[in-house]
Amino acid sequence: MTQPASEPEMLSGGEMLIRSLKDQGVKYLYGYPGGAVLHIYDAIHKQSDVQHILVRHEQAATHMADAYARATGKAGVVLVTSGPGATNAITGIATAYMDSIPMVVITGQVMSHLIGGDAFQETDMMGLSRPVVKHNISVRDPKEIPNIVKKAFYIAESGRPGPVVIDVPKDMTMPNEKFPYEYPDRIKMRSYNPVKKGHSGQIRKAVSTLLQAKRPIIYTGGGVILGKASKELTHLAQQLNYPVTNTLMGLGAYPGTDRQFVGMLGMHGSYEANMTMHHADVILAIGARFDDRVTNNPAKFCPDATIIHIDIDPASISKIVTADIPIVGPVKPVLKEMLEQIDQAKIKVDEEALGLWWEQIDEWRQRHGGRYRTDDADRMKPQHVIETLCKVTRGDAYICSDVGQHQMFAAQYYQYNKPNRWINSGGLGTMGFGLPAAMGVQLNFPDADVVCVTGEGSIQMNIQELSTCKQYGLPVKILCLNNGYLGMVRQWQDMNYESRYSNSYMDSLPDFCALAESYGHVGIKIEHASELEAKLEEAMSIRDKAVFIDVLIDPDEHVYPMQVPGGAINDMFLSKTERT
Amino acid sequence: MRHIISVLMENEAGALARVVGLFAQRGYNIESLNVAPTEDATLSRLTLVTKGEDKVIEQITKHLNKLIEVVKLVDLTEGEHIERELMMIKVRATGAQREEVKRTCDIFRGQIIDVTPTTYTIQVTGNEDKVNAFLDALSGATIMEVARTGVSGVARGDKSLSL
Ligand SMILES: Cc1ncc(C[n+]2csc(CCOP(=O)(O)OP(=O)(O)O)c2C)c(N)n1
Ligand SMILES: [Mg+2]
Repeated sequence: MTQPASEPEMLSGGEMLIRSLKDQGVKYLYGYPGGAVLHIYDAIHKQSDVQHILVRHEQAATHMADAYARATGKAGVVLVTSGPGATNAITGIATAYMDSIPMVVITGQVMSHLIGGDAFQETDMMGLSRPVVKHNISVRDPKEIPNIVKKAFYIAESGRPGPVVIDVPKDMTMPNEKFPYEYPDRIKMRSYNPVKKGHSGQIRKAVSTLLQAKRPIIYTGGGVILGKASKELTHLAQQLNYPVTNTLMGLGAYPGTDRQFVGMLGMHGSYEANMTMHHADVILAIGARFDDRVTNNPAKFCPDATIIHIDIDPASISKIVTADIPIVGPVKPVLKEMLEQIDQAKIKVDEEALGLWWEQIDEWRQRHGGRYRTDDADRMKPQHVIETLCKVTRGDAYICSDVGQHQMFAAQYYQYNKPNRWINSGGLGTMGFGLPAAMGVQLNFPDADVVCVTGEGSIQMNIQELSTCKQYGLPVKILCLNNGYLGMVRQWQDMNYESRYSNSYMDSLPDFCALAESYGHVGIKIEHASELEAKLEEAMSIRDKAVFIDVLIDPDEHVYPMQVPGGAINDMFLSKTERT
Repeated sequence: MRHIISVLMENEAGALARVVGLFAQRGYNIESLNVAPTEDATLSRLTLVTKGEDKVIEQITKHLNKLIEVVKLVDLTEGEHIERELMMIKVRATGAQREEVKRTCDIFRGQIIDVTPTTYTIQVTGNEDKVNAFLDALSGATIMEVARTGVSGVARGDKSLSL
């Protein structure tokens, strides 16, 4: 700051908002203008530190900010107008909330004196967003803006992260009303103090149980990625030589190509992951929340297991499945302390039991390790497309997925060796997430390979963003696993409704390649397996343009394994004809 | 089981909505609820009565604690505590009923706080059971209106819910 501390700069509320973002280190602001935020937009115009990215639909702004957060761990920032701008943002806020993603969303609001009077473009954003935010704050005094912004970031990024909404009535941003500006260094709140470390006594108990395990497994979720504890997890797992499984949200926390990795678990988890879980005698759950997509029927969940559960959020512990040894705390310091205690422990890992356990796991792996039908050479298999993508990108791309069968294939068949590379809407399952997410990542990592894996259904939920892509020159690669169906819906209809395809077939699809080209991008169509690898190579080699890769795949393919409803974690359909 | 949970929270607009919203959203039950500022104007105290299995109560207290504006809370029913509720009840009091109502009121140590030729308004305080018992005892009379504050409470002895 150039001004001496004794003479703070005088800024309007709108200017303070943008200056606070700059002082918070924000580079990009994703948004869309409208009446209630025009003073703020004018403040944006007068500076160049914070760059505004103009999307084509507010939902896309939230997903761009969200994906930036998923890739970096820092809160993404959104600015939208009141009323329809705010409601359009809700899906993206809820998406972030369900996956504990830090985000700060600034929504315009009508003038304070008009609130409650059904004014033009008034909507109660505080009430509307309450169930899907970590917190929301309404600005009542412009002088408070710097503090509120700081508080919003602090709340969004600390503890169990989540989205925070700041609702700003228009009169809080009047250009001619100036106030002394000072951005606080830190915030202290008597009512909010996230835990900094785990309870040492509990950690000791956990270590002793863990070391005495005969059939252990480490089950980790999005919390390890959010808590930046991938290194500690890898260290711990390798020191113990215990098998590791990741949830859909946790992929990449442990190297996907490592022998100790048994794959994703749950609804569409690998056979060996679900079998290993079910037969385990000790489960170390880290930053995972025993979601119903993991446990299947909780009453039948892992009957023999002693459960150690580490989570920053006490409300996640013993919510679905009772934890025998709960540890409330941030994953990273807890794992560090566990590692120290393991080093000093007198008990050693039971090598003999562990050897037998690995034999058993390897046998499961042999029996059904990620196999899919390849007999029908005419029809391209989505699994094969993802495997080829992994090969072509050397497993090092950011994969931003939409929602459906393609999402599960991308989770199962791409091998994630690094955290923050697999970016998908796990908790809410928001179709339309993929493209804006890929754009958010590409903008912040211009040199990285960023691929949006999508379906012809999902992509059309935010396809207008192809225009934003062009405006900001974002060379994302859109890999559309085009099966002509809302495939995941169709799969359920095959399995539960005797193949009555009620509204899961999409007629009148556009020519996606031509559509992409009309936006100024490149379109590549892949119809035969024989041309797959070469065309993917070609697409990935285009560095300066977005590419729409339309891959025509087998519409009959199902995602397997798939858990049998109401069963235990290891009750699975393994193919159209086999079941455990 | 029945639990009385007392919550100290920032005296801010929207804080109450968050508590009530939490119960509605997660399907927790609220039997009664009251809230008012404390001796410290920046804090208000909310007391609610809820019923549920231990697992549910544990989730309730955890989720309340997660609300950003909640500073501190206590489940009073976990220890020795005193609970009180205040009820005002307006009854038709004519003819023989007039004497009968007054007698019942005296037995429960209620106070008649407003009188007309045809009505009594009675105030009773006590724990929920006593207040309910009084209501039952008046079942023969014509009740015109009932206003209850919901239960409030404090721990016995030295323990206190304060910062
Ligand atoms: C916004 C939204 N609406 C509906 C759904 C329900 N849904 C889940 S998967 C799916 C089908 C997705 O189709 P597509 O994008 O073509 O992917 P595919 O399953 O064919 O790979 C639907 C409709 C959803 N997840 N999100
Ligand atoms: Mg499809």
